[in-house]
Order: sequence, then C-alpha cells, then structure tokens
Amino acid sequence: MKKTGAQIFIEALKMEHIDTLFCYPGGATLNITDALSSSDIEQIVVRHEQGAVHASDGYARASGRVGVSLVTSGPGATNAVTGIATAYMDSIPLVIFTCQVPTMLIGNDAFQEADIVGITRPCTKHSYLVKDVKDLSRIIKEAFYIAKSGRPGPVLVDIPKDVSAALGEFKYPDKVNIRSYQPTYVGHVGQIKKAMKLLASSKKPVFYTGGGIISSGASNELIKLAERLSIPVTNTLMGLGGFPGNHPLFLGMLGMHGTYAANMAITEADLIIAVGARFDDRATGKVDEFGHLAKIIHIDIDPTSISKNIKVDIPIVGDSKNVLKKMLDIVLEDKEDFGNYSSRIAQWHHDTEKWKMDFPLTYGRSGLLKPQYVIERVCELTKGKAIVTTEVGQNQMWTAQFYKFQKPRTFITSGGLGTMGFGFPAGIGAQVAFPDALVIDIAGDGSIQMNIQELATAVQYNLPVKVIILNNRFLGMVRQWQELFYEKRYTWTHMNHAPDFVKVAEAYGAAGYRIEREDEVDKVLKEVFKNKRPTFVDVMVDPEESVYPMVPAGAPLREMLLV
Amino acid sequence: MRHTISVLVENEFGVLSRVAGLFSGRGFNIESLCVAESLDPTISTMTIVTSGNDAIIEQVLKQLNKLINVIKVVDFKDVDYVSREMVLVKVNAEERTREEILRMTEIFRGKVIDVSPKTYTVMITGDEGKISAFLTLIKPLGIKELVRTGPIAMMRGDKTIKMREKHSKGGEDG
Ligand SMILES: Cc1ncc(C[n+]2csc(CCOP(=O)(O)OP(=O)(O)O)c2C)c(N)n1
Repeated sequence: MKKTGAQIFIEALKMEHIDTLFCYPGGATLNITDALSSSDIEQIVVRHEQGAVHASDGYARASGRVGVSLVTSGPGATNAVTGIATAYMDSIPLVIFTCQVPTMLIGNDAFQEADIVGITRPCTKHSYLVKDVKDLSRIIKEAFYIAKSGRPGPVLVDIPKDVSAALGEFKYPDKVNIRSYQPTYVGHVGQIKKAMKLLASSKKPVFYTGGGIISSGASNELIKLAERLSIPVTNTLMGLGGFPGNHPLFLGMLGMHGTYAANMAITEADLIIAVGARFDDRATGKVDEFGHLAKIIHIDIDPTSISKNIKVDIPIVGDSKNVLKKMLDIVLEDKEDFGNYSSRIAQWHHDTEKWKMDFPLTYGRSGLLKPQYVIERVCELTKGKAIVTTEVGQNQMWTAQFYKFQKPRTFITSGGLGTMGFGFPAGIGAQVAFPDALVIDIAGDGSIQMNIQELATAVQYNLPVKVIILNNRFLGMVRQWQELFYEKRYTWTHMNHAPDFVKVAEAYGAAGYRIEREDEVDKVLKEVFKNKRPTFVDVMVDPEESVYPMVPAGAPLREMLLV
Repeated sequence: MRHTISVLVENEFGVLSRVAGLFSGRGFNIESLCVAESLDPTISTMTIVTSGNDAIIEQVLKQLNKLINVIKVVDFKDVDYVSREMVLVKVNAEERTREEILRMTEIFRGKVIDVSPKTYTVMITGDEGKISAFLTLIKPLGIKELVRTGPIAMMRGDKTIKMREKHSKGGEDG
C-alpha cells in the first residue's frame, strides 16, 4: 500500500525508535503536522525554533540518543540555524527536519523560501534536500546513521511540501551503505603499542580529556586506566562529568578558567595523553607553549582534529572507548612493565597535590552574596547528581569550576559556539528525556532573556526545570573583560532594564523565587528542588564578581591571574 | 608549496558547493578547480590545485576526506603523475603578426580554432611550463582574452586511483 511522504516520515522515525519530536509548525509542515496528529510520537511544540533545536540537543546530550526536531521553511529554518551550529561545534547527534516550499517553486524566491541546505552547509555534518518521495526513507536512514556514527553531528533533511504530500512505497532499508563514509573506530595496534611504550617511560603523565569521552561512553575505561596507573586527569569544559569531579586524581578543568593544578600539570608534564579533545584555543592558551615539555599522544575519532592546532607525537585515530580499552588490556597484561609505575611517578603526584593544595579554587567571602557560593550549595544539596545545564558567560564557568560532576551526561553546556540562550531549552530537552530527574539550568540574567519564551513550553508540558539565575545586573563575562582590559568602561554590558524574573515566572504560570542573602540560599533551594513545577530562582549576586583563575586570551597557561 | 589533488566525489548536486565552501570557510587556497564526470558516471573527478605549508595541506586533505560525499582524495605530491591544462587565447592578428602567431602555435603544437579579420583564437594544451612559455611569447603581440581550464592530472604508468578505502593517507596510523 502506498503512503504519503508525511506517513513515510513517521514510519521512518518509528524504525529509528524515535519517540519524541521537538517542533514548530508552519505552512510547509502541515502535511507532516497533520499526519502526526494520529501518531504516538510525543510532540513538544516550542515557542521559537532555536528552542526546538536546543531542546533536541539537550535531549541528545542527556540521553545519548539522537535528538530530532522539525520546523517550517524560510524563517522557521533560519531560526533553527543557531541551534544547529551549536550542536555542530560540540559534535552532538541531531537530525533536523526543515520543511521546504514545493520543489517546483524552489529557486523562485517563493514565499517563505530559504536555501537552508546552503545556509547550514558549514555547520552540519551533512545535509539533504529530498527531491523525490522515493528517496525519503533512504535519506532518513542515512541521516540518522551519519548523525550518530563516527564523530557525531547534526544532519539536516529538507523536505519540500509536495514531497510530504506525494505517494510512495515505504521500504525502510535495513542497512546503510555509503561508500564514501566509513569512520574508523578501531585504533591502529602499532600506534597503541608505541603510545604505551612512551607512557611506560614517562615520569610526568597527564590525561587531557574532552567531549569524546562522553560521546563514546569511555568514562569507565578512563577511570580504570587512570586509577590503575594513578595518572592525574584534567577535563576540558566538554569533558566534565567524564571523570568524577571529587576523584583524588582529578585536577579540575584546564584552560582559560581552569584550575592552577590543571594548567600547571599541562605546563610541566612530560607526557600528555589527549583523548577526545581537540586542542581548542580556550583550553590550550598560547599554542606554542601548550605542553611544551611534553610528548603528546592524541586519540580522536576525527582525523581532522589531529595535528590541526598542535603537532602531536603519536596520533591514534579511533573511538576513545575502544582505544582506552586496548591500552588498559596492555597494562593489565603488564606487557610494557607497568608493574611499579605509580611509585615511579610518585614525585609527580607530590607536585600535582601541592598545586592543588596551594591554589585551590576559591573566592572572597566578604560582603555581597557570591555566585560561587550558590553553585557550591546547589552541588551540595543535589549531591552532585542533578542534570545541570548552563547558559554562557560567568555562570557557565562558575558551574564548571564549583559543581563537582560525578557522571557523564550530567553537565550540558554550549562549549564550542558559546551560545547564550542554550541552557534553558536544553534543560527542557533533558527533562523530556528524564522526566523524574532534577534538571537545573544555571543562568545569567543576560542569557536567560535569550530564550525566556520557552518557559511557556516548560509549563505546558509540565517540565519542572529549575532555572537559577545568577543575577549580577551585568553581561558579566563581557564586563569582566572590560574590567581587566578596557579600564572598566562598562559600555553595553549594564543590564539594568531586566524584568522582574519572579513576576515573569508567575505570569507564565511557573513558580518564582528570589534570594538576596546567603542565609536564604539553602532554605529556598531545598524548597525549589522539592517542588514539581518549572521554576525561576532570581539570585541577586555580587554584580562585580569575576571568574578566576584567568589566563588572558593568547597567553600561555602558566600565566594565570589568580584571585 | 603547490599541490595538485584529485578528489573523487559522488556525482550529485550540491557536492561542488560543499568542496568550494570548505576551501573558503577554512581559508584554504584554491588556485584552480576542474570538475567533470569520470569513467564511472556516478563519480565525478575534481582536480584541485592548492598551496600551503605541510600542516595546511594535511588539513586540506583530511577535511576533504571528512566530507560525506567525498569518496577518495589523492595528493599527487609523492607520486609520479602527468598533468595537462588547456588554454584558449584570443590574440590580435594584424597583417604583420599573423605569420608569427601561426608559427608559434605550430611550435607549441596548438591549434587555431577560430579566426576573425582581426583575431585568431588559439588553443594550447600542455603542462604549466609549456603554457606559460607560450603566453610569454605571445603576449607582446596583444592578447585580447584568455581562458584556462586549470590542470587535470593522472598517475603515470598503469597505476590508477584505487577506490576501496576512503583514506588515501594512513598518516595518522603510522
Ligand atoms: C548569542 C550570544 N551573544 C553574545 C555572546 C557574547 N557573550 C558571552 S558571555 C556574555 C555575557 C553573558 O551574560 P549573562 O548571561 O548575564 O551571564 P554572566 O556572564 O553575567 O554570568 C555575552 C554577551 C554570546 N556568547 N552568545
């Protein structure tokens, strides 16, 4: 029996076990929208298409599954672009369906036409324009496969309105066969052996691990290997949660706002084992001096990440989990004489411990309520077990520093693109994936205003995301740069016309709280974490608090400004 | 350093823009690009001439490989290859220069493919050296217009580009 393109779309989603769609309608979606009315796929209708893509992204990051969104042509599609670019920079598996004007109108500047395949070409892993209904199932199959395999990423599928109306046969392919796309999962045995030789002879090794640990599910392998050899570990922002935040071997995050211990360890190391990390400038500081005393082993599934910013000594292309497992096997078989390795590197432990003790993360406790204190309390009260998203800026860095993440996929943040407005819709997506989990968005008063409209979505679908607004009445991170590098000229960064966030929450039908003093923090937060409603907590924090340590842009990691 | 690269791609719409977009988006140099269907009609061959230091070329090759529609990338740097380009030159042909143009065209084994009372249109094929030599000699006579294809390249002898695996360079894996 023949089906319409819209029905084929739904059948294909079922074949991919997709049960949730983040969406927003328009003329071009109508065939699909209508067909979905009798489907049991849950449809979360957002308030802005950027929110739909971020929500699907939060869903994907929290659950490890592919996030799916559907938006209309033209402005619907262009509104989705920031969400797509955000996911692309952080290698998140999404499939974004955009609807398009009918094929015969494409190229005519038709009403609500946008060349979305063209617009998103540089920020998608791949994209398709479906020109014929007979290609639809194959394309959807390929789109999901490409999104989640290899180095994951967003894939866009543009479906013209006549294609979703046309009749075709539904035959879902069992296998994908793309001759030009074959990701390498298994690391080269010879390279792994070489790496282990180097490791065995190193005296000051450090793991530098990124988002690849999370996406490949390599956290356990990392912990085992680090523990077995007692190698200290630092994470990038994207890697947080991949190694327990309270583990004795954990040095904290590295980079621009990294810990003293992490940045010194990179500076002094004789061997850096980079796993699923891409040597981003915010992590490396001045590249010429990054790990300048160290040999570098780099494990990554994406060959383009290797030797892009920094020339490495032993590259290993492969899946992080797979490669770390092989390394662990070698250690366990004791082939390379790892017998007394931990005692051989005892001096190194001594050094890293001393750095940790001498310069722990800290902040002044005088005067006004400190944002860092709030994060510490959130961490304590949730036992480090909540799913935490962030916006971008100081709120994000303080969360990365002071919330001790225990498990992968519990920290959700826009690392690569640094998208303000990400955290709240992403939190909504995470809450959809885990309805019973405590989901918290740590926000700034600037960022929250970028997708504040999604509060209506949270209320409509009963998604009790807690938004904790660290309200400093400033675009704080930019203000911090102005303070340090522009003689405190706070041009554009005063946010003295923000709305009353408590009233905003109430107006949307959500709960609103305000915290002004330290002694209110625990009481209010406890209540908030118990309630089952979407909630804004407006926390009035010290307006001019800054994030430290800080490595000025372009400086080497050891040149940290401390508190 | 200058590199000639062959890129085998799916013969589908949109692939050229992905390749071109990659070069512009990442600030890679593109000196010439030549593309047409290959022996297998489902595949197009692109010949790209680019330049950059070793690190940049390494990125160019890897980034090309990363594109989903790219089947195979070959850098001709370390292989023996032949390469040819074609140029069409419209030259002023006056009474006193006509002979000279014809003579030159013959020496370079080119062809006059169009004639008007005031111009000759000459076609020359050859490697880069030959073409630039011809252009240098003909320039004083007055070139009115010039169109070049950019080079296309192929390995010498019985070698061909093997299609089996995508990564031509096992660089990372030792
Ligand atoms: C969409 C977007 N626009 C601009 C920026 C630049 N930017 C980075 S941090 C920041 C300030 C964020 O202010 P706020 O949300 O109040 O957080 P705070 O730094 O005060 O915690 C800005 C404007 C950005 N990251 N994203």
